[in-house]
Amino acid sequence: MKTILEIKNLHVHFPINIGTVRAVQGVDLELRQGEVMGLVGESGCGKSTLGFSILRLLRPPGEIVEGEILYHGRDLVRMEEKELLSLRGNNISMIFQDPLTSLNPLFRIDEQFIETIKTHDPQISKQEAFKKAAQVLESLGISPERLLEYPHQMSGGMRQRIMIGMALVLDPDLLIADEPTTSLDVIVEAQFLDLLNELRRQYDLTILLITHNLGIVAQLADRVTVMYGGTIAETGKAESIFGNPLHPYTQGLLASIPNIKLDQPELHTMEGSPPDLVAPPPGCVFHPRCPRAMDICKKERPKAFGKDDRIVRCWLYG
Amino acid sequence: MRFSPAAGLGKLLQRFMGQGKKYGMEWWVMIIGATIVLAIVIMAFCAPYIAPFSPYDQNTGPQLSPPNNIHIMGTDNLQRDVWSRVVFGSQTILRVAVLAAVLSSVVGITFGLISGFAGGNLDRIFSLIMDSVYSFPGLILAIAFAAMLGPGVVNITLAVAVIYIPTYFRLVRGQTLAIKEELYVEAAKAIGATNRVILWKYIFPNVIATTVVVFSMNVADAIMIEAALTYLGLGLPPSVVDWGMDLAMGKKYLPSGQWWLITFPGAMISLLALGFTMLGEGLSEILNPRLLER
Amino acid sequence: MRNLLKYIIARTLMTIPMVFILLTIVFVVVRIMPGDPVSTMLGGHAPESVIEKKKHELGLDRPLAVQYVNYLWQICRLDLGDSMVFKQRVIKAVEDKLPATLELTVAGMLIALLIGVFTGAYAADKRRSAQDYLLRFYGIVIYCIPVYWLGLMLQLIFGVWLHVLPIAGRTGPRVFASIFEKTGFYILDTIWIRDWAALGDVLLHLFLPSLTLGLVISGIFLRLTRANMLDVLRSDYVLAAEARGIRHRIVVYKHALKNAFIPILTMMGLQFAQLICNALLTETTFSWPGMGRLLMERIYLRDYPTIQGTIVIYALLVATISLIVDIIYAMVDPRIRY
Repeated sequence: MKTILEIKNLHVHFPINIGTVRAVQGVDLELRQGEVMGLVGESGCGKSTLGFSILRLLRPPGEIVEGEILYHGRDLVRMEEKELLSLRGNNISMIFQDPLTSLNPLFRIDEQFIETIKTHDPQISKQEAFKKAAQVLESLGISPERLLEYPHQMSGGMRQRIMIGMALVLDPDLLIADEPTTSLDVIVEAQFLDLLNELRRQYDLTILLITHNLGIVAQLADRVTVMYGGTIAETGKAESIFGNPLHPYTQGLLASIPNIKLDQPELHTMEGSPPDLVAPPPGCVFHPRCPRAMDICKKERPKAFGKDDRIVRCWLYG
Repeated sequence: MRFSPAAGLGKLLQRFMGQGKKYGMEWWVMIIGATIVLAIVIMAFCAPYIAPFSPYDQNTGPQLSPPNNIHIMGTDNLQRDVWSRVVFGSQTILRVAVLAAVLSSVVGITFGLISGFAGGNLDRIFSLIMDSVYSFPGLILAIAFAAMLGPGVVNITLAVAVIYIPTYFRLVRGQTLAIKEELYVEAAKAIGATNRVILWKYIFPNVIATTVVVFSMNVADAIMIEAALTYLGLGLPPSVVDWGMDLAMGKKYLPSGQWWLITFPGAMISLLALGFTMLGEGLSEILNPRLLER
Repeated sequence: MRNLLKYIIARTLMTIPMVFILLTIVFVVVRIMPGDPVSTMLGGHAPESVIEKKKHELGLDRPLAVQYVNYLWQICRLDLGDSMVFKQRVIKAVEDKLPATLELTVAGMLIALLIGVFTGAYAADKRRSAQDYLLRFYGIVIYCIPVYWLGLMLQLIFGVWLHVLPIAGRTGPRVFASIFEKTGFYILDTIWIRDWAALGDVLLHLFLPSLTLGLVISGIFLRLTRANMLDVLRSDYVLAAEARGIRHRIVVYKHALKNAFIPILTMMGLQFAQLICNALLTETTFSWPGMGRLLMERIYLRDYPTIQGTIVIYALLVATISLIVDIIYAMVDPRIRY
């Protein structure tokens, strides 16, 4: 399968008044055509920051200080703003957590669609753009009359679909979804996942699914990448990660999920707390909490070990 | 161990300056504002020692002469030294503005506390009245008061004070309402604290911090209103030295280009108002810091 | 549309109690003076009988409660009484001057908005840059500058030293007063007659006073817009719009600003009271024949009915504008109506 996006050694920093937060520290990631990559980790591990960095949507004071993001070979980090703008929404789209606040409350839905379409194709007429929007909505199961409404007149699930619609109206090949189901209830979430599956087949879409919800990742993702403290812990096929977690963090994570079928007298927890990203621990970011930490873990950052699709950043496998 | 006063002072200053790094821009805004205010207050207190002439002296030099070595701000049509009038004018404006602010705050805070604490119909009536006065254009109300009461320092102080009572009222009432619901007040009541004690020990101290900020801004506003009233010819007899009045008088000589009569008094009004405003703004930022900004 | 109508009616009804209180305040304030208006007017040396007769004429010998009810009743009929000094109905005197004040005030507000809102948005966009700090400083300083002093300084620079702009009145000597019969709004009148030369003259005279007025108020709009914009620029829909490739300038000045503008509308209503106060000062400084100058004139002449009437109109004006602003708010923000 072709690689459409390659992230190489990405470092993202947030200089704030108490110091510099190293949100992403030397991350490598590959996205292949047509796959769903689940990017998981706890809050603050840097996964959302990573997602935002791709389209250079980092809120100030965040900045990419090192690394490359290659989209079909072109480096997005150093690209001219004009070119990047033409990619956004057009070739690479992003959807966010809360569909209500992601839509401008003062503009009608059709106006927002038409603006997007016309931005990337100034020649197109309003009517044609409207038709395109209507088409996309229909494929999402929404009747085109809804286009004339305002965001606050719709339900949460519908707004989520509108958001996806706007993201896909121009037929991008990569969709970045940042915590897309976090604000949805379980039933709507299930519908959403079905929808994503359907769309991904229909549009031959590559999806980067960023979430802390292991459940939806298990359902939808082909490959999974686990992040911790701004670094990648391990990456591989979904079955492999869930069935045979190699990194102690992933093992701890999966063991922490309460299983209703088991008779557990005590819930498994991981010692310690997430690292301080202003002054991260030397060596492996996880070593203070790792039950199997060795001397070398405290001194040097683990290299990537493994082959083909299975990679672990842990000295245990070195 | 020797303790020299100089070292102690130096350390104090160091800690003082160090605060700037902690708070950033807002600290400096406050300091600059405070400096301006202090400078003008000192000028007011030391007026007789700073001014080269008496502000009433109608024989200080040639009539309407532009700024020069003897008269650094020139002279007016009655041959008075403008700089001396500026120096003494500071007394009047500070006196009226600060007094008016103190009056407003005392009345406004008192009523705010009572109204917020008592609640019910009393609160509703007071609030309605205060809201109406608040929405009334301030200067117009002050003009009406000043016009009806007649000229005089006391009258003008009253006129200015009335406008700001609602500001304090609303602020304090709002806070009182909020604090009233707090758990620690309930706890105090449970152990038998009387209403007066609750008001004085619990609610009042919490309200003070924000009030100080409002007070500073209030003085700035009061300065503007006082100057406006005297500029319009209301409020003070010509025997008092006042920046606004000097502006009104100097206005007549504008077409003939005698700029120093209006430039300096007006600049002083702006400067003094600015000083109090910066003081208030800086203080407000420091007391309610915005998080995570560099 | 129907929702909007319902809202308008409800909001209008809510204004009535506030107007009632405002009118009461005016009534009370005008009567707090020590002594009585008649003796003051007649100079204090007039014989008792003359004073009593005059008092009876003006209805000042009746009990206060009766005077109060009379006063309210008259206002409902738009009758503000007669001037004590001139043979003139107060309402007529005010009517003559109202358009001048309104023209100045509206022009001032427009300038304040234009300057304030766009510089505020710019400052928010260029946050923490030199331009931002400079603009914020301007915002604080300009409010501390007395409007009349600014007016005088501008008159000095542009009128006296550079000689390019007029410093007094609404029109120059070469324009005929008869042109302005129709509405009293000079801009509208001259356009109506298509007298472009007169229009130019009117605009020239309007420029400096409205600029003075606008500048002083612009500071508040700048700071408010900037604060709102900072919030709005952090919001998700701005992020989502950027994610769709929409150009930054459009995102800031179309998407963000429209949202940030709504609270500014409310602020406009609140600022209106401040605006007419500053307009009064501007009028006296620029010899602008409006209500402010009328008020000051009559205060000097101790014409109490006119003083009262003018202040009443001021109060009603503020209440009306506040109502209009709330209605416009409902029109702009669809969330209010649906």
